[in-house]
Amino acid sequence: MRKVLITHNELCVGCHLCEEVCSQAWFKEINPAKSAIRITELGNADWGMAVCNQCGECIAVCPTEALYRDKAGVVRIKKDLCVGCLSCVGFCPTRTMYYYAGYVEPFKCISCGLCAKECPAEALAAETLPD
Amino acid sequence: MEMKEITQERIEALRAGHKVLAEFHYEPRPVERGYAGKTLYVNVSTNTIGAKPVDERMKRTFIGGRGFDLWLLWNAVKSDTRWDSPENEIVIASGPLGGIVQYPGTGKSIAVTISPLTGIPVDSNVGGYFGPLLKFSGFDALEVQGIADREVIVFIDGNAGLVQIMEAPEESVNSHILAEEIVALFGQTPQEKQGVSSVSSGVGAEHTLIGCLNFSFYDPRRKLTRLKQAGRGGIGTVLRKKKIKALVVKYVGVKGDSNHPTDLETIQQVGAKMHREIYERDPIMFTMRLDGTNHLTKIMNDYDILPVHNFRYGSHPEAEKIYSPHFQKYFVYDAPDGCWYGCTLACAKFAAGLELRTGPYKGQTVTVDGPEYETVAGIGANCGIWDAHAVLEANFYCDAYGIDTISFGTAMAFAMECYEEGILTPEITGGLKLNFGNADAMLEALHQMSRGEGFGVIIGQGVRRMKQIFVERYGADPQFLQDIGMEAKGLEYSEYVTKESLAQQGGYGLANKGPQHDEAWLIFMDAVNNQIPTFEDKAEALHYFPMWRTWFGLNGLCKLPWNDVEPADNRTRYKGIEAAKVPEHVENYVRLFRAMTGRDDVQSGADLIRMSEAVYNFQRIFNLKMGSGTREHDAIPYRSVGPVTDAEYESRAERYDQQLRELVGVDPSGMTTAEKRQALRRYREAQYEKLIDAVYKRRGWNERGIPTLEKVRELGIDFPEVVALIEAHTQKGT
Repeated sequence: MRKVLITHNELCVGCHLCEEVCSQAWFKEINPAKSAIRITELGNADWGMAVCNQCGECIAVCPTEALYRDKAGVVRIKKDLCVGCLSCVGFCPTRTMYYYAGYVEPFKCISCGLCAKECPAEALAAETLPD
Repeated sequence: MEMKEITQERIEALRAGHKVLAEFHYEPRPVERGYAGKTLYVNVSTNTIGAKPVDERMKRTFIGGRGFDLWLLWNAVKSDTRWDSPENEIVIASGPLGGIVQYPGTGKSIAVTISPLTGIPVDSNVGGYFGPLLKFSGFDALEVQGIADREVIVFIDGNAGLVQIMEAPEESVNSHILAEEIVALFGQTPQEKQGVSSVSSGVGAEHTLIGCLNFSFYDPRRKLTRLKQAGRGGIGTVLRKKKIKALVVKYVGVKGDSNHPTDLETIQQVGAKMHREIYERDPIMFTMRLDGTNHLTKIMNDYDILPVHNFRYGSHPEAEKIYSPHFQKYFVYDAPDGCWYGCTLACAKFAAGLELRTGPYKGQTVTVDGPEYETVAGIGANCGIWDAHAVLEANFYCDAYGIDTISFGTAMAFAMECYEEGILTPEITGGLKLNFGNADAMLEALHQMSRGEGFGVIIGQGVRRMKQIFVERYGADPQFLQDIGMEAKGLEYSEYVTKESLAQQGGYGLANKGPQHDEAWLIFMDAVNNQIPTFEDKAEALHYFPMWRTWFGLNGLCKLPWNDVEPADNRTRYKGIEAAKVPEHVENYVRLFRAMTGRDDVQSGADLIRMSEAVYNFQRIFNLKMGSGTREHDAIPYRSVGPVTDAEYESRAERYDQQLRELVGVDPSGMTTAEKRQALRRYREAQYEKLIDAVYKRRGWNERGIPTLEKVRELGIDFPEVVALIEAHTQKGT
């Protein structure tokens, strides 16, 4: 069982509201560089949606066991254990482990679903998938 | 590591034996811009402990790491200090970039001492957590002087601000057990255990001159302690002479900003970029994450550079038996293998399930880090032992006993050749049949080193002393032993055949500490790719690359992430030697140094080279202070230059005959092998002397290999003692 934020790129209208909701929820400010979901313009009115798929490959590269999978199947970071080496950032297959320059620890999507609730195009959904 | 757990009863017994002999309290302060600003001095003769300030000139001139080590050692020893004199020190340092967690290869410690093998300073770099934890505890370097009158542990608690010398009669001496005991003694939670690192050696170091230091780090996933080695030059022998069982540091709380850099953002950007590069490039380049450095064994064999049978040959039909796949079956890949946080190149390999067939731990199933290429090439190929299990077993015991695998392999190969040549007999070796390929004899000699008995102890004195002993006691031909004994300055060669690379002959012969490849590795550039054809080209390479590589040691860095992975466009953007410099990575280091220290005057790779040049020349002059450091000490054995025997010549006759015709201008037809060998030798030895002339000139040294006064002034190392030394030698000499 794995709780994952599902993206439907074909529905995305590029409003960036998800980025605002995410950074507001977790960093208390509107700043796309502090969002765990990133929307990029691909041209021809297409939009790329980059967010963690909870694959968990980062867990194996963490030297301090700060990364783990919780009961809901979501990959999370224990900030007190994390030294901020950013190995996980470099080794993320989907490039969706993020860091904000000057902050020691990286951050990632934890499938909270707040952005999905606000998405006007229904391009996002927090779903629980079987393993 | 032994897999047995240390019992609570055992821990209490160890603690009961502890008696504090000296104590020093200090106020822990945060590291600023990569520097703690103090060094720690410990004397185990007098039981005194103190802190010394690090001033701006020390930082500017010596940078840190090996630079700080050498400066502190210089001030501690006299020209007649020997390795076993009480005033000799072991100095260990990280460096200003040490302990960065965002960039790979930033956890190195550099250890320096007056070597028992060479009588001059040796520097040896090593992974594990000790150096960075020492710095975060408040000290840029640790000096240990004196000889204790009983077994001691030096303990640094960087969180509490406490340093102790304690009597430690009960702890084990062999590192694989001792390191576990130390972690059990000083760490409770997994985080605390990860904050404990020890430096230790083993019983083998007590009976030989080739003792190594083991630096530990705790692996929280496997719940055991792993060991990395400062192998070269017998520093472990010095540690045991001082009756030190372990140097221990404890610091809990490492974070990505523990160095308090000037510009954390840049360090993060450069680091994250590098992690990505390794993720994308390592699997298609050198597979360090899969194989570690042993991926080199196949490459070296393919290019005729793998030392076989005491460096006689460069390849062997059976070499495949010690290629990576034969070790992969022991490796476990269930955890990150960096020897410091954030090292994603992760060349440390974790071998498990090794059942020991010999020795005091026979029958036990153990784990061991490695094997490194040097270990496989030295104990395997060079001794003709094409047996992965035997190599791993020797690797385990070398680490446990505190023996350098490189000196062990090269010294063993020398003894084996002497045995096969009839110089040594079973009567002399006490029955050890030291034929090439005899793994049991190799392992028994290693166990003898640990017990302090038998012919193994003679081998453990190293090649230089073996040559003397074999001449004096057994009537060996001194010239032959000089030709085949692979040592220079008293240090055993590391594991590359240099016969076809004049530049690398110089890389070894001119290395400050003796023939170790960490100073220069030019074989491909020189012999394979022919990119440095003239003497001036070779001299330039023997200026740039040793200086460049020295820089890693000044900063607490590992060399591997520099050129054991390259950006995808490195070979299209740059050609030849420029590509070999990996300019984008050089730029990474410039950015890291500036971001850490805030030194805006550091703008390019040339500024980094200049830092190294000061320390490198200082080390050369340190050699001079200790009675070495002149041209005659840069001489190398002919085995590293060309074929010593007819069999060697004939094994590559086509190559050598062609060189006689094309390079020497001699027609080999009608000549005997011995005559051809002599003609080639005269040519090659003359080439080496010409190379030395060119390199000395490029480095700003006189023809005797002494840095000129002008040079030392230019480099800012014109300390009064340095000037006096150079003046005395210049008047005496030329």
